[in-house]
Amino acid sequence: MREISAEIIAETVARLCIEANRNLPQDVACALACAEDAEPFAPAKDLLGLLRQNERIARETRMPICQDTGMAVVFAEVGQEVHITGSFEQAVNEGVRRGYVEGLLRKSVVGDPLRRINTGDNTPAVLHTRLVPGDRVTITVAPKGFGSENMSRLTMLTPAQGVQGVKDFVVDTVRRAGANPCPPMVLGIGVGGDFEGVAELAKRALMLPLDQPNPDPFYAQLERELLEAVNETGVGPQGLGGKTTCLGLHVLAGATHIAGLPVAVNVSCHVTRHQTAVL
Amino acid sequence: MVHLTTPLTEEAVLSLHAGDHVLLSGDVYTARDAAHLRMLDCIASGDPLPMPLEGQVIYYAGPTPTPPGKPVGSIGPTTSVRMDAATPALLARGLRGVIGKGQRGAEVVSAMQAHPSVYFAAVGGAAALMAACVTACEVIAWDDLGPESVKRLTLKELPLVVAVDAYGQDAFALGQAAYVQSIGK
Repeated sequence: MREISAEIIAETVARLCIEANRNLPQDVACALACAEDAEPFAPAKDLLGLLRQNERIARETRMPICQDTGMAVVFAEVGQEVHITGSFEQAVNEGVRRGYVEGLLRKSVVGDPLRRINTGDNTPAVLHTRLVPGDRVTITVAPKGFGSENMSRLTMLTPAQGVQGVKDFVVDTVRRAGANPCPPMVLGIGVGGDFEGVAELAKRALMLPLDQPNPDPFYAQLERELLEAVNETGVGPQGLGGKTTCLGLHVLAGATHIAGLPVAVNVSCHVTRHQTAVL
Repeated sequence: MVHLTTPLTEEAVLSLHAGDHVLLSGDVYTARDAAHLRMLDCIASGDPLPMPLEGQVIYYAGPTPTPPGKPVGSIGPTTSVRMDAATPALLARGLRGVIGKGQRGAEVVSAMQAHPSVYFAAVGGAAALMAACVTACEVIAWDDLGPESVKRLTLKELPLVVAVDAYGQDAFALGQAAYVQSIGK
């Protein structure tokens, strides 16, 4: 049994919170560069240039890319052969606390949704933990801004609505979101599972690399068709018109019930952040 | 490119049109969700507001903490539509401009015609870039709200687009229509 201390977990989470907020993942940065080259509408091309400039300034000056440094969403895969000395959940929240305080990140969390008092240190994290084979712990921190989170939607379609129903719901979600989620967007789309499962699939889909298509050819084709449909809406960067409404998207599908076809669209922005460490 | 300095006159506002690119300088005030709720409470109870409104501009923003040696942290706009319920009452009291991101509701668009004023869109998410356009930042009210406190910012040439003008025109609808026309669909 391998031992990992809670202190190591906290240190790692703190470091990932800071790195994720200052450095855009390479695949998202590349998608932004490609989009600027391919954008045919001049005002939109200028805006994409500003977004790339912002990403560069953040990296060089060690400032957060976006002032909404998000809720800290943490995905952990804990090997069955690891023994964590101390409380895992407390360690994750301690890491978020340190990362957001020491990294000068904005504290955007209220402890209660209706009484709304800021917790002052961005805790608690949204924590998803899975037990996996092996003796490693993999931690991903994905700070999630709420300009885009607020535009996310979930629906329970009927099986008969099928692929067309999924496409219509995704395109409708993008049109309704319009300028609000800081387009160009990144979309995580969950299909299948049950009510809460489909939302988690959508969130996990946002972690997938934009430069790699779905390994299942059926879903790779669906992803291509969805991206094309979304980029025909004309919403464009910042909602001011253009081709680049969406930088990229992924679909994660899961087993579901004979009576159901749940669909969730987790909307994210051009600052789709996540950093991973393996312990 | 139009250069503007706050406070804004009615004449300056009437010269702006949806889609115009503006560089804004001078003092503006930050306020977002929680501060707007408190401002509505002030108005309802007849208490003074924490900032002057006549000719002034509110920026819907909550910056990251200020790093040592810098005037302000990263500071991009938040989604404006959440402030829609409070905006007409502030425009009626002399507020001349607001800065945010995303579309506004019909009540705000018509209030901007009734009390000549404009809605500027800043570049959502370009918060490190925008920090470089702020030369001073001071908390002036409601420090207990943390990132949502009311701050006075001094701007130097903050790049903005006129998103809704005092004539009811909307740059989002105009821009999207212009793009669709440009690709011939």
